[in-house]
Formats: sequence, structure tokens, C-alpha cells
Amino acid sequence: MNREAQTRYNDFVVRFANVNGSGSASANNMFAKALFRMGIPLAIRNLFPSNIQGLPTWFEVRINEQGYVGRREGVDLMVAMNAETYAEDVESVLPGGYLLYDNSKPLPEKFVRADINNIGVPIATILLDEFQDAKQRALFKNVVYLGVLSALLNMDFEILCNMVQVSFRGKDRLIKPNIKALEIGRNYAKKNLHCPLDIQVRPCDAVGDKILVDGNTGSGLGFVYGGATVCAWYPITPSTSAVEAFEKYANRTRIDPKTGQRNFAIIQAEDELASIGMVIGAGWNGARSFTATSGPGLSLMSEFLGLAYFAEIPAVLLDVQRTGPSTGMPTRTQQSDLLSAAYASHGDTKHVLLIPSTPRECFEFSALSLDLADRLQTPVIILSDLELGMNETLSEPFVWDDARKYDRGKVLDAQGLEDSERFGRYLDPDGDGIGTRTLPGTHPTKGAFFTRGTSRDSYAAYTESPEDYVANMQRLEIKWETAAKMVPGPEVDQSQNSDYGLIYFGTTALPMPEAVAQLSAEGINMDLMRVRSFPFNADVYDFISSHKQLFIVEQNRDAQLKSMLVTEGSLNPEKLCSVLYYGGLSITAEFISSEVIGYFENNNWPRLSGVNL
Amino acid sequence: MTFVSKPAVHHPKLKLNELGLNRRDYEGSLSTLCAGCGHDSVSAAITLACSELSLPPHRFAKISGIGCSSKTPSYFLGKSHGFNSVHGRMPSVATGTNLANSSLHLIGVSGDGDSASIGLGQFAHIVRRRINMLYIVDNNGTYGLTKGQFSATNDQGSTSKKGVPNLYAPIDLVSMALQLGATFVARSFSGDKAQLVPLIKAALMHPGFAFIDVISPCVAFNNHEGSTKSYGYVRDHDSQVVAADLVMHRDEITADYAPGEREDITMPDGSCLRLRKLSADYDPRDRLLASNYIMQKAAIGEIVTGLLYIDPAASDCHTIMNTTTQPLSELDESVLCPGATVLSEINSSFR
Repeated sequence: MNREAQTRYNDFVVRFANVNGSGSASANNMFAKALFRMGIPLAIRNLFPSNIQGLPTWFEVRINEQGYVGRREGVDLMVAMNAETYAEDVESVLPGGYLLYDNSKPLPEKFVRADINNIGVPIATILLDEFQDAKQRALFKNVVYLGVLSALLNMDFEILCNMVQVSFRGKDRLIKPNIKALEIGRNYAKKNLHCPLDIQVRPCDAVGDKILVDGNTGSGLGFVYGGATVCAWYPITPSTSAVEAFEKYANRTRIDPKTGQRNFAIIQAEDELASIGMVIGAGWNGARSFTATSGPGLSLMSEFLGLAYFAEIPAVLLDVQRTGPSTGMPTRTQQSDLLSAAYASHGDTKHVLLIPSTPRECFEFSALSLDLADRLQTPVIILSDLELGMNETLSEPFVWDDARKYDRGKVLDAQGLEDSERFGRYLDPDGDGIGTRTLPGTHPTKGAFFTRGTSRDSYAAYTESPEDYVANMQRLEIKWETAAKMVPGPEVDQSQNSDYGLIYFGTTALPMPEAVAQLSAEGINMDLMRVRSFPFNADVYDFISSHKQLFIVEQNRDAQLKSMLVTEGSLNPEKLCSVLYYGGLSITAEFISSEVIGYFENNNWPRLSGVNL
Repeated sequence: MTFVSKPAVHHPKLKLNELGLNRRDYEGSLSTLCAGCGHDSVSAAITLACSELSLPPHRFAKISGIGCSSKTPSYFLGKSHGFNSVHGRMPSVATGTNLANSSLHLIGVSGDGDSASIGLGQFAHIVRRRINMLYIVDNNGTYGLTKGQFSATNDQGSTSKKGVPNLYAPIDLVSMALQLGATFVARSFSGDKAQLVPLIKAALMHPGFAFIDVISPCVAFNNHEGSTKSYGYVRDHDSQVVAADLVMHRDEITADYAPGEREDITMPDGSCLRLRKLSADYDPRDRLLASNYIMQKAAIGEIVTGLLYIDPAASDCHTIMNTTTQPLSELDESVLCPGATVLSEINSSFR
């Protein structure tokens, strides 16, 4: 057989099965980063339990030269380093795939599959021979299998060694034994195994100037660049690392070198109610402030969000969504907070949402949210999710224009007050529904007002007059229309000029190019729209009205985006078919395309002619 | 509901303070609370204290939660911004205010329902965080706006207007504040202006978190025989320990005290806090003693009032966090944004 002809380059899924707390993460990360440095597009997915130590954890890397890096079912190469999960790990390997395991002890008969290739490496035995210290042996186990993989997959060994040197810079005595462990694994593989496999990597230049980063890092960094000075938060997976990123970069860039004083304040609050309260208190005083949370925290913040909406106070909330309801699956992803975020709090409330899809967009939307909150004097909620927030993926680099100025919105200073006749906080001077605000302490005699969650007239005086109340609520509606013109519009691709349109948002963007290709191969060509914000602007409804049939892909059970589109746009729901995945893993291209194809088959909708089905 | 606006005219002989302002310049709008409500006396005391301290009346932020007490920031310091937030959450909004603008004088007004029930968690944590502010609780032991239910500070056995006794143990916010590390703790009575006004002045000048629990009778629902928060009961059971007079550095100290009865504490701004001991066996700088003393007196039905504890070396949240002395709200792009060059370095770290 011509082996070369069957070799699959830069297109496979490797999954590492480890025990959490065993130090596998750094070795696995080195594996992924080395491939990234070879110029190969990839995405990393951590599948971890809500636990500190001792439970199974998986690290999955999808490698794909075309850039299809959404999650894909099935594993091509399983690095099975956790005996506890052998059964399911062996099960998940695709027929013809590979299982790399430690054969210091034989693989139990019941786990042996005839249709996959078992690659046994006696890692424990080798380590026993080479390293005296038991602790070292445990750590180097991960490095040894990395060495084995470098030979099996034909990785650039120099890049790998270089990564060891960089990652242990400052702890130089660790470099040598780590490289030794790498070499032990590599040499063993070269001597005893057939290398490389028929799935392997080769250098390419498909990465360009992209970076490999997680969304929460982008979010935290965006808040630094956007000028946030106050962060109040309560720890919750999967949002915590966004605050940690803010703190890391603020510590690096916001400490006055002369005085050592900080140009920011971070408070770990007692709960999410307090976090959002602090953010609102700071926003009321003109400081840019944000909090980060996940679903349960969003629920707790509801009352305050209603206050900020009604009293018109800037506030930014990053919600890194996880699987609900209730505690749900805290370490799994979902897009299920749309409704509770959009309409958080009692009474007639609605909130501006920004929905990023990439780490770069996380960065941009963080900075943008602070501008929008100040401009619109209202809460802005960014809806990220665990898939985006906590997993490293390829992203366009972060960019910043040094000429950019923060938009602080309509704030009247002392001189402005001096020049004005009578200040009215809730007047609508420009017809855009947005009043002018003053900050506490501005002027000795003018501009002070009482902020409240109760109804008030244009001059901020308490009122129970139906006319004043209605006028105020209507002004808030005008402001809502203004918001629709300011939020980022959808990303639209109408190049197919199709009768069919596919609507998606957030991390569904990752598998989308692959899903489109799969559909196209079936004679189904779609126009695409990625919704990026709420309120929906005119472009969103134009796209819907210009297509006969639409598919809305969501990672929740209740078709939440569809509900919002139908309600806000008075649409006929029949025009909108839902594609819903909500199992807690990220949605796959295969799932999207097969669901859409199912609709076509069930309804006998016509496909493109000339495609052989 | 109708509102009568206050006449702006004032008596020509009203005393002017250092800023050339009189007491009326520190007032707010007309109160809508019940006639005789203790809370109005507290508002009046705040007005007087701020005026006597000659602080600019617009340089305050007044934050409150929900309830009768929380309406009161409308009724004093009308030239300052106020924020009537949500029930039990005044501390978090006050914290955010202080984080954003540390240059404002911060007054939080809360009630016993607001602080001891729904907001007990936020109360505890703002004490821990040492936000530089005056935190006043108008404590009447009852829910006024919802017509007279017991609050969590209501004493066990104290009766409602209909004669029903309260079955549960009270929460003593003063004891809690002491336990949680507050650096200025006082209790007073809305009917005792002579005691309350100096305490508010001292609290406002305290460079850290200052807590005053003011027993403030509810004339509508908790001022009857059988209540332990009525005017009559508090007057009969008030046990004053330490009176505090804030002597501004410009003032000559003329009052004469017997030796051993007084103690002067120099404040950071150079003014002097003069403590007069009204009880020989009390030391307001001993946290442990204060706690014990208050509980011992409570056991025999006495309400200890006065300056209960002070730590003159107090620090605040900003000192602990080492934040810049300039208000964070005033910082602009030049300080806050690291710029494109730094960003490209950061990008490189992800390659």
C-alpha cells in the first residue's frame, strides 16, 4: 500500500486524558503551542470537572490546516494517561485511530479494540530507570509522552525544546531534565514505534500574525485599554480568569512608577449583589467600572440591573455563560443567559447586550462596552461563554488606535453648569432619549440631584404622576432606539444570494465555516448573519425579511435568540427554524449541517441543481 | 402626595461659618416623614454638624437603601448628590462611590431593616473593608413603611403596638461593628442633640470607617409602653459613657475639665477630638472592653451611648489598596490606556 497517499497532514484531533492536578496542563499546552508555532491552525478545548484535584480531565486539540477549528466529534489520537477513564477514552477513538497508553502494565483485555491501533509505551518503567526522585517521575511522565508524540506526529523538535527553555526561564535547573525527558520519549518512539504515523503534522503558514489566546484574557485586557478603573467581582467559573487578566495587565501597566500607587481598584466583593452595587456606585461617580460573572451571578444582580436601567447609570457586566439552569454544569459551556440578561429585573426593563465570538472581539467589546455604558447611561452586558472565555484559540491580534478617545457621554462639568439655566437630569435635550448627567461634587450650587429607583420627573423630583411616569418610560424607549444605532451591527455574508439564511451568534462562529462547507457539499448554500448585539438594529431585520427561510443556531434549549427576534420584531415564528444544541460541549459543524439537512429533507425544500445527492 | 417647598428666606442673624454659609445652606428639602419622627432629628443633626465643620455643602455624597431612614438624604445637604438605592445595598453603592471618588465626604444612611436584616451581609463587609465614610443607622426597631412589623434590632420581649411580644433575639449592630474591626463606633439617641451632633462631627473627620447607631423612635409604630425603642424608654435607660467634642484647630480650648476626665486625640487634619469620660470604668480605645461593657449593660436593660470605640490610627480602603490619591474618576486616557506599542508586545506573548 502506498503509505504516503494515505497520510493525513495537519487534520486530526488529539485528546489527552489526564487526572486534574497532575501537572499535565503545562505539557499539553506546550504540545499545542509547538504546533501553533509550526504555523498550523488549531483550537484547544479543556474539559475539566468542577473539582480541584484527582478527577478526570481532558485536553483536546483540533488541528486543521483549513482553519476548521470548531469542536469535532471523535478522536484520532487518544493519549490515555488516566486508567480510570480508559473505557470511555478507548471508546471515543475513531476506527483506524490511535491509542497511546502506558504499557508498563498491560492494557486490560476488555479495553482492546480491534479497529484501532494501540501504541504502548512503558512510560512508568522508563521513568523508574531514568529518574531517582518520585516527584520528578510523576511530572516527567507528561513530558515523556510529549517526546513520544513529537516523533509519532513528526513535530519540529527544535521548536519543542525551545519552548521548554522559554517556559522554564528563571528556573534553569529544570530545563535540562525536561529536555532529557523529551528526548527519552522521542528516542524510545523512534527506536520502537513506526514513526511518523499516517496522521502527522507539517509546517505551514496558515497562522499568519494570529495569536493563540483565550477570550477571558481578551476581555480583561480590553477593560484595561477601555479605561476601567473599578472592578468589583465575586469568584465564579468560568468568569474568574477575566478578572485575573484585568488584574495582571493593570498591575503591569497601571501602577505609577514614581509613587507605586495604583490607578485602579479591584474589590473581591462578598457576593454578586455587592459587586454590581459597587460598579453602579462607581459609575454614578463617573469612574469606568465593570464586574464579571456567570449565570448564577447574573440572577443575583437582577434587582440592581433594574435600578441602573431606570436610574440611568453606566455599568458593565461580563457574563461568561455556563450550562444552566441553577448550578447546572459549572464547567461546561452554553448560550443560555440571553433572555435573563436582556430582560433582567422586574418591571419593563431591557439591557444592551454585546456578543463576542473571538478573543479579539472580547477585547474590542470590553473597551466598547465602557463607551456605550457612558454614552447610553445604562448597563451593558457582554455575553461571552466558557468555550470562548476559557479555551485558547486562534485569534486576530488585539489592536488599539492611540488616537482613540474615551466617550464619556453627556456629563456636565462645573463650567457647563455655570452656563446653563436650570439643570434637569431627565430632560431629553437632544431628542435621542439621553439626558445630561452631573457627577457628585461638581458645582457648589447647581446640578445636584437625587438619584432614585422610584419614579421621578424630568428634574429628578419624586413623582407619582401617571403622565410623568409614562413620559419617562417613553423617553427610555427613545434611548433604546438610539442604542440600536450605536451597537455593533450583525456580520452579514449575502454572497450566496440564497433564499435561505443562517443566523448564529457567539461561539457558534467557530464551527460555522466548516458547517457551511458541509452544507454546500449537499447543495445547500446559505447566506449568513452573525448577530453581535441587542437591541437588534435594522440590518438584522433586513436580513430576515430578505430570506424565505431562516435557520437560527443556538446553544440553548429554548431558542432564546429566536424568542427575542420574534418578540422584538413581531416576526412570524414559522419562518425561523431552530437548530439547538445544549449538551454542554461546544456545538459542532456536523451537528449544524445535519440538523439543517434534516429540515430540507423533511420539508422537501429544493437544493441547488447539479449537486449529486 | 404633595410637596411644599421650603421657604428660602432665613433669619438675618443666623450664624455664618468659615465658608460664609449658615445652617440653612446645609438643609435639604422638606421632610415627608411623620411629625415627631426621630429621623428628622438625625437629619437636623447632620445639617448642623456639617455646617459647624464648615465643609462645602456640595462635596458630599449621600447614599441610602430603602425605608423611612433611607428617604432622609433628601432632607439634608440639598446641594449634594444623593442616591436612594435598593433595599439593604447602600454599603455596596457607597463602596463604589468611594472607590471612584475618594475626595467626597461620604454619608450612608440606613435603617435597622435595611442594615440588620436584608443588608446584614453588606453591612458586615463594608465594616471589614474600612471604607472612609460615616455610616448612620436610624434605628427604630420597626418597619415603618410597611406598617409596624418587628425589625431584627427589636429587643426580645419588646411589644408591638398591639401588645404582641417579639420572640427573637436582637441583632446589635454596634457589637457587630466592633467585632468586625470598625475604627469608630458610637451609639446615640435622636432625642439627644447635644450628644449626637459632636459625634457626627467626629465621625466625619475620622479617617476611616465610622459607624453611628442612632436610636430614633418611630412615633407611628414603636413609641408605646412596652417598646424598648420609645422616647421614654431610651431616656430612662440611657447610659452615657464618653462624650466627644471635636475642637477645630483654630478654636481655643476653653472648657475646663477635671484631670483624668478628659483625653485629647489629634486628628489627621490637625483638629482635636476631646473625649470626656462620663463613666470612670470605660476606655474608648479598648475594643474588648467596649464589647464587654456594652453587653453587660444590655443584660440589665441599659443602652450604652456615646463614643464607644475609636482607633485614632485608623486607615482606610484606599490606603490598604495603595490606590492613587487622585480620584479614579478623574483619570483619563493618558494614564489609563497603555497604548498600541505595549499592546503589540502583549500580542507577541501569545505567539
